[in-house]
Amino acid sequence: MVKISITVDGERHEDEVEPRLLLVHYLRERLGKVGTVVGCDTSNCGACTVHLDGNSVKACSVLAVQADGGDVTTIEGLANGEWHPVQAAFKECHGLQCGYCTPGMIMAAVDLLANNPAPSEDEIREGLEGNLCRCTGYQNIVKAVQLAAEGGAR
Amino acid sequence: MIPAQFDYVRAGSVDEAVSALAEHDEDAKVLAGGQSLIPLLRLRLAYPEVVVDVGRIAEMHGIRDDGSHLVIGAMTTHAEVITNELLRRHCGLIAEATETVADPAVRHRGTFGGSLAHADPAGDLPAVALALDAEFVIAGAGGRRTVSAADFFVDYLQTAIEPAEVLVEVRVPKLGDGWGYRYEKFQRVAQAWAIVGVAAAVRRSNGSIAEARIGLTNMGSTPIRASAVESALAGTGAGEVAAACEAAAEGTSPPSDLNGKADYRQHLARVLTRRAVTAAAGY
Repeated sequence: MVKISITVDGERHEDEVEPRLLLVHYLRERLGKVGTVVGCDTSNCGACTVHLDGNSVKACSVLAVQADGGDVTTIEGLANGEWHPVQAAFKECHGLQCGYCTPGMIMAAVDLLANNPAPSEDEIREGLEGNLCRCTGYQNIVKAVQLAAEGGAR
Repeated sequence: MIPAQFDYVRAGSVDEAVSALAEHDEDAKVLAGGQSLIPLLRLRLAYPEVVVDVGRIAEMHGIRDDGSHLVIGAMTTHAEVITNELLRRHCGLIAEATETVADPAVRHRGTFGGSLAHADPAGDLPAVALALDAEFVIAGAGGRRTVSAADFFVDYLQTAIEPAEVLVEVRVPKLGDGWGYRYEKFQRVAQAWAIVGVAAAVRRSNGSIAEARIGLTNMGSTPIRASAVESALAGTGAGEVAAACEAAAEGTSPPSDLNGKADYRQHLARVLTRRAVTAAAGY
């Protein structure tokens, strides 16, 4: 077992974990952060995307021990009393169908807009290339990111 | 899937990493960003007894200017490579190819050195390193040694790095004035591996190509230098590029898989080499 100290959605946790424990399982099973979902299990789909020290990562491809000392934000920590503008934009544009990819899609979109506040449609599609929507609802997802970039969603 | 159990060592320095590796030899595996290793652990295609994490070794991070070369720390992430001004100025081909690696989240964790040490023939960076004559600085119990790109890639997922060694940094010669470059990658869908890729750097002089360096991705068990094309291109003008690039698949034995058969890959190599050279030369 390895001792780790990790901040998740603003709260600090000290835990002992097996080295093989994946960050996504630590978040869901230890901390109950089930807003972050497991999709493909093979780092293709991006459903488990969270932010580690401010950057999007696929939590199924990070060991909890690698996140030791780190600051993690999950979809559950995004809203601050009210919806994050990207969450509001996904609601406004109906940027989801079944909703399974949505937590990861929103975390990837927030990361994209942090690096590029005014992306073109192509840049949005490229920026979200690591996140798959098996309902193929990409059209409204792109619209939602555009709306959030324009500051149109509250 | 959940990886099999392993012990975890977080190395604080290159020496610590080398000692941990020497102690466990072939039962140990180096963990860099984990974007190739962790999926392999999860699928239980790899089951080391010990994982040695080199991700926090300060010396292995960052990019520095060493006069004629840039020195890229093995743990520099793809995202850092893409945004690094020195690298964009002197080794732009690396930045261009790295932008096509996987997706943004993977590029935040995946590392330059990890990708090269993993040596997947469908990976984008090995062919680039080969085309640019990069040098690999490898640390072991006896000290450090430097291996040329031509000797580094040994076979499918195999490099010159011995089990008790670690890749510390990669030295890449700067491309000076007059050089152009292009990485052409053919893939079926976004974030997929290259079916074939071509890394080309071309130096023009007096309106014709003076020198060309071309590396091929996924045309064999290692990245391959398209030497026949390089020789054929020397001294040629715009009108002769297509004919010279017909030699791109010479001597290659690419794999046949669900994405394409060997002869299709050889066709792609010729077409992509022509496109990459044409763009790199500014024709």
